[in-house]
Amino acid sequence: MFKPLALAAAVLATFSLNAFAAKTELTVYTALEAEQLKSYKEAFEKANPDVEIKWVRDSTGIITAKLLAEKARPQADAVWGLAASSLAILDQQGMLQSYAPKDLGKIGANYRDAANPPAWVGMDVWAATICFNTVEAEKQGLTKPVSWQDLTKPEYKGKIVMPNPASSGTGFLDVSAWLQTFGEKQGWAYMDGLHQNIGQYVHSGSKPCKLAAAGEFPIGISFEYPAVQLKRQGAPLDIILPKEGLGWEIEATAVIKGTPHEEAAKKLADFSASAEAMDLYKENFAVLAQPGIAKPQTELPADYERRLIKNDFAWASKNRDEILTEWRKRYDGKSEKVAAK
Amino acid sequence: MNPAIATALTNPGAPMKVRGVQKRFGAFTALDNVSLDVAAGELVCLLGPSGCGKTTLLRCIAGLEKQDSGELYLGDRDVSHLAPQARDYGILFQSYALFPNLTVEANIAYGLAGSGRDEVRQRVGQMLELVGLTGSEKKYPGQLSGGQQQRVALARALAPAPSLLLLDEPMSALDARVREHLCTELRQLQRNLGITTLMVTHNQDEAMLMADRIAVMNNGRVEQYATPQEIYNRPATPFVAEFVGQGNWLPFQRSSDTHAQVGGMNLRLSDGSIQRASGRLFCRPEAINVNPPVHEENLFPAKVREITFLGNRCRMSFELDQLPGHALLAELAPEAMPRLGAQQIMVALPPRSLQVFA
Amino acid sequence: MNSNLALPLPHKQVRQSSKAEIGDRIFVVGGKVLLLLLLGVAVLLPLLAIFWRGFSSEAGQGGGWVAAKELVTSENFHWLLGNSLKVSISVAAIVVPLAYLFAYALQRTLIPAKGIWRGISLLPLMAPSMLPGIALVYLFGNQGMLRGLLSDNIYGFWGIVLGEVIYTFPHALMILLSALSLADARLFDAASSMGASPAKAFRSITWPATRQAVFAAFCLVFTLTITDFGVPVVVGGDYQVLALEAYKAVVGQQQFGRGALIGMVLLLPALFSFGVDAWLRRRHGDSMSGRAQVFKPAPSKLRDGCYLAIVLLISAALILVFGMAVFSSLVKFWPYNLSLSLNHYQFNETAGGGWLAYSNSLKMALGTALIGSVLIFTGAYLMEKTRSQRGLNLALRMLSFVPMAVPGLVLGLGYVFFFNLTGNPLHVLYGTMTLLIVCTIAHYLTTAQMTATTALRQLDAEFEAAALSLKAPLYRHYLRVTVPICFPALLDIVRYLFVSAMTTVSAAIFLYSPDTILAAVAVLNMDDAGNVGGAAAMSSLILFTSAGVSLLLAWASRGLLRRSQAWRQTAPGH
Repeated sequence: MFKPLALAAAVLATFSLNAFAAKTELTVYTALEAEQLKSYKEAFEKANPDVEIKWVRDSTGIITAKLLAEKARPQADAVWGLAASSLAILDQQGMLQSYAPKDLGKIGANYRDAANPPAWVGMDVWAATICFNTVEAEKQGLTKPVSWQDLTKPEYKGKIVMPNPASSGTGFLDVSAWLQTFGEKQGWAYMDGLHQNIGQYVHSGSKPCKLAAAGEFPIGISFEYPAVQLKRQGAPLDIILPKEGLGWEIEATAVIKGTPHEEAAKKLADFSASAEAMDLYKENFAVLAQPGIAKPQTELPADYERRLIKNDFAWASKNRDEILTEWRKRYDGKSEKVAAK
Repeated sequence: MNPAIATALTNPGAPMKVRGVQKRFGAFTALDNVSLDVAAGELVCLLGPSGCGKTTLLRCIAGLEKQDSGELYLGDRDVSHLAPQARDYGILFQSYALFPNLTVEANIAYGLAGSGRDEVRQRVGQMLELVGLTGSEKKYPGQLSGGQQQRVALARALAPAPSLLLLDEPMSALDARVREHLCTELRQLQRNLGITTLMVTHNQDEAMLMADRIAVMNNGRVEQYATPQEIYNRPATPFVAEFVGQGNWLPFQRSSDTHAQVGGMNLRLSDGSIQRASGRLFCRPEAINVNPPVHEENLFPAKVREITFLGNRCRMSFELDQLPGHALLAELAPEAMPRLGAQQIMVALPPRSLQVFA
Repeated sequence: MNSNLALPLPHKQVRQSSKAEIGDRIFVVGGKVLLLLLLGVAVLLPLLAIFWRGFSSEAGQGGGWVAAKELVTSENFHWLLGNSLKVSISVAAIVVPLAYLFAYALQRTLIPAKGIWRGISLLPLMAPSMLPGIALVYLFGNQGMLRGLLSDNIYGFWGIVLGEVIYTFPHALMILLSALSLADARLFDAASSMGASPAKAFRSITWPATRQAVFAAFCLVFTLTITDFGVPVVVGGDYQVLALEAYKAVVGQQQFGRGALIGMVLLLPALFSFGVDAWLRRRHGDSMSGRAQVFKPAPSKLRDGCYLAIVLLISAALILVFGMAVFSSLVKFWPYNLSLSLNHYQFNETAGGGWLAYSNSLKMALGTALIGSVLIFTGAYLMEKTRSQRGLNLALRMLSFVPMAVPGLVLGLGYVFFFNLTGNPLHVLYGTMTLLIVCTIAHYLTTAQMTATTALRQLDAEFEAAALSLKAPLYRHYLRVTVPICFPALLDIVRYLFVSAMTTVSAAIFLYSPDTILAAVAVLNMDDAGNVGGAAAMSSLILFTSAGVSLLLAWASRGLLRRSQAWRQTAPGH
């Protein structure tokens, strides 16, 4: 009997949150690492006290799928921190509002959408990194790999974890990089060999490094942010940058077309490209969209930026679906795989 | 139970009428065109075996079942389609249905909503005095004996001063010893209150003890509706004859207007002229005279088969010499018992005790 | 017929409705209609939405007849199905005998401290299904404490099986406990007087009586396992199962059609077992005669010793697993820094949902428990004690049994599809706490209602009739008499709903929004992100909360029973 009242009250409450708030509430979709969410939000809200960020966070693949699914009725107002290859797909679907933030001039040409005004603007770069647990390696007598090809060596069988490219942006940048570096045929052959050594595919980009740090699997294919954080916390990790070169991805910001809070979303885009924001990013990443601000991370070699491969994002986003389908067909759930283990 | 209070307490009972009530459960006819009149202040028993429809009829009157067709009147109100709450009756169930988490006081006061607290307390006190349980206000039903529970249930039913009281096998949950005592008490109470009462029972002793009139039911029909004496002495149908008390059946052929041939015997009947060519004669065991000191009509020789001692009387099973193979019953005072060893006796079947049936 | 028709027939009078009658009409008919509407929206429509979604060929959703055919014939699907079946059958084959032995020990032997063993057996109910998985990783994973005991990897088939064995154990146990509790001493006396050995007595008396319960337990464990994805997510590695696939299709790829099709496949085992169980029940009939005498086992040191050993082993395994989970939540950095610290409990510093998730779970559990128990108990009362609206009663009864046949995962999917429909006016509820509460109540409806109905059936069938004859409105009678008498059962239902709401993940995973994220979902998120310590910490928190509330309610119930002892004892000689 009380149910209708409770129902009505709950509905009213969810609505009133918007009605009575003096601030604009901005729904921001993101794939940023969860540890970064708090500081980024605080910094933005300090600079823009009339806007409040409501994060919706998930891994790259999931957030991308969510945005695409909501195409007819977008729930997001803006995107702050999503792989550029994903944003390119959204742009292709006509879901992004082109906007030139105030500091666009300071952003490197490589790190923004080529169109004018751009559909998305970069924040920082994250690149592939191997996390290698030295304690476990010694216990198990493993040699330290120096190249991607090394990872196909039989001594690593079952000892490598990497992210699933369908759900993780890190995983996708790895696959895209291998296909670009080794060529398509060789690239798939490489992944076939690698697949024999994979102990598990996980869903998030940082989990392989965390597993490596915990010694659960001695080798984790991840990216540099968790590697650096964990090493600072005292994990027995060696950070390996394979010599063929590092795949990488740009983390970028965009405004969703048709958002009712366009003003506030544009403020977010402005902040994301500003020097203030770059100061935030530099704590976590070695390569930023605005050149000249980045400070070298002690755990990474000084020539880090030069190790990034030449990356064709247009090709990557155009072929994303096909690449994922092929990847799934080969490695995600076929009966042969069970037999191979 | 205090008669002085009783008369001051309740409304005068209202007469109740049942007209042509029909009720089926699927293919089974529970009530077949039943009609009944209960006069104000009368105690009527519905008597019959299980499945005869007596409880169904009671529940229809209470509004707990809905009849398929027919009318029900309480006083001058047509209650046929009213909800139970709108009819005006109190009901006592077989299980008493006392609310275990309420005190006796709260139970009795349950139907007294809408009255002031003092009024209610006074009324409860009166009801408890009426049923002889003064002082039990704060007890819980679980702490009372079966007989006491029944009285509380009765008090609860009567507290709102209904014009009709319905009793559904009220004695069946009690020990045999307690039963008779409570029957008398209940009857006394009902008489003092003058409340119209309808009672369902399968126990003929209770019915005979308590009822002003008995409606004997079978297969959804009222076979006979009359005073206990009439039911017992002049049963209207073979069913009633057999159901109430013991009886003897003698197959007969009509030999003349006044005589019937039973086996090798010619019996005189006193019921007027015999219409049927054949049938059965019905005779109560206690009406049979065994070894009468003087000559009586319809006297025949018989053999004793077995004698059962029942305390205040004996039951004798015997066979008429001229009707072999038919076991018959007679009842005697212990003194009249034939001396042991005396197998051959004389038996008289008085003409007025013989009733003709199909 | 000697009827006396001397008195003249009176004229009919106008019908009068009293105030109480109107109030009762609202209570009974209005209440039933309201419940029917709620059940329709909460149970029926979401199920229909699954079928609609699965077979509608909207682009990009992966649904439609063609997609269905493709799915069913694809090699991938067969592989997934095979995995799911292998896992579920193995789990059932392991759990049911173990649960039978445990139940037998508790009901038919004289081992000491039965209360303790029973309490320990309830542990897996108090935490989400991820917890055993997490504990298994800490025990048998590559850095696990007991790694040496296992020759192969815990990740994969055996990890899932072990995790599910632990998770489903209490469910099988409950069914078998109640079956083994019905023992007629007279049958055993007769058997022993005829010289039958204990083994023969078991074969001829105990086994036939419990056969149906064994089958029911097998079906329940099978269904629970095949629709659970909490354990496979944590410890499944690359061994994938159908439940996980549905989750990935809907959450990971937003392919609702594909998710719906898999949901329909997962509905089959539950429907099948439900149907067979109902058929068997009708054939078997009543198991206990009303005059049965309570069975008291004969003392036997050998038998008791053996069973005590079995019970100890099982209990030790459970304590090991749950103790490990709690311990691992306190370890600073496994396995290199084993110092104890509470930093995994600082949820707001890490991803997953933070303390908001925990407070949301508390709110949802309280809401589910309190609102659900009122609705379910009142609904059960109306169905059981008011027989006049036959059509309504039948519809309500049928709808109330549907949730038992629908696994949480499928129900959650149904909710996503139904409340996400663009034309649906109820779409506004999507992602809200209200919807989570409604979905959880619907999910656990049937068991709670059976508890209520069992308690209500113990009341005298004529209470309502007595109340009506006294012109007391039914709603007042319900509050004054029915609820106080049945209060212990009501508390039971509150406890059941609370604990279930705290630990449920299969439906909630689809229905939460960032504002209404739940603790169990946070566990999944943290584990996904690699924060296994945090996942263990949140799971432990759920465990302690559920256990704590259960103990609290049990204590309250006992206190209540003691205070109402005055009227709960039956009359002497009655």
